[in-house]
Amino acid sequence: MKESVMSFVSQMPDIRVCVQSSELAVRAALKELLAGLGPLDLDVEEIGTVELVMAEALNNIVEHAYPEGDPAGPINIACKHATDGLHLTVIDEGRGMPNGRTPLGQAANLDVDFCDIPEGGFGWFLIKDLAKDVTYQRIAPQNRLTLRLAVAMA
Amino acid sequence: MDLRSRSEDNLQVVSVHDARIDAAVAIEFKDAMRASTDGGSETVILDLSEVQFIDSSGLGAIVAAMKNMGQARTLALAGLTPTVDKVFRLTRMDSVFPVFPTLDGALTELRA
Repeated sequence: MKESVMSFVSQMPDIRVCVQSSELAVRAALKELLAGLGPLDLDVEEIGTVELVMAEALNNIVEHAYPEGDPAGPINIACKHATDGLHLTVIDEGRGMPNGRTPLGQAANLDVDFCDIPEGGFGWFLIKDLAKDVTYQRIAPQNRLTLRLAVAMA
Repeated sequence: MDLRSRSEDNLQVVSVHDARIDAAVAIEFKDAMRASTDGGSETVILDLSEVQFIDSSGLGAIVAAMKNMGQARTLALAGLTPTVDKVFRLTRMDSVFPVFPTLDGALTELRA
């Protein structure tokens, strides 16, 4: 039994994706990451979870760590497959999070007037709703975000 | 952003012929929706059956399109693929829009 678990986990080599920050780089990075996950044969629900969480994490970096006017910089993604899912690390060298921590990511209040229905603020909610063990560290000049996605579990 | 608009009885159907509504195209989508729906019919069905992925920026752009149409008009969503449906469900935005599994279903229901 243990042997079969080990072989299942070893089917996927660790993935490393490196891009320069830009809006279109997010698409390219997601495509490369999902291609790397091919050997795991994830179902559509699991692929959706990975793509959504990582899109939000990367969009945040492009928008806030490397805002317009700042020079672009590197975004490095590492992904390892373990028995409890996918362990992802995202490192950039842009601006740090305000107050040194990630936003709380609370659900938007929808019990509001028509003109106040929110058009944003869903990103961190989606990350924290779908990902486990989210950590953020600022170790200048790097921002380091780690999280686990409970997909492809043995 | 490839949006195609057509009229069916008193309804307008706007079909998105792109696989993604994400941060890279959210503003373009919002502008294209404004151009398609300004002065249009009271009820607009947004056909999302070709869209495989939206992120929070895409979701925000769809909300902005609805708000731009104004409270007196209705923006209905049809043909949500699994990941698009997931985003609307998790954020509970599926309670803000009338949502139909298929375009045909939306047309049948909204024509009445």
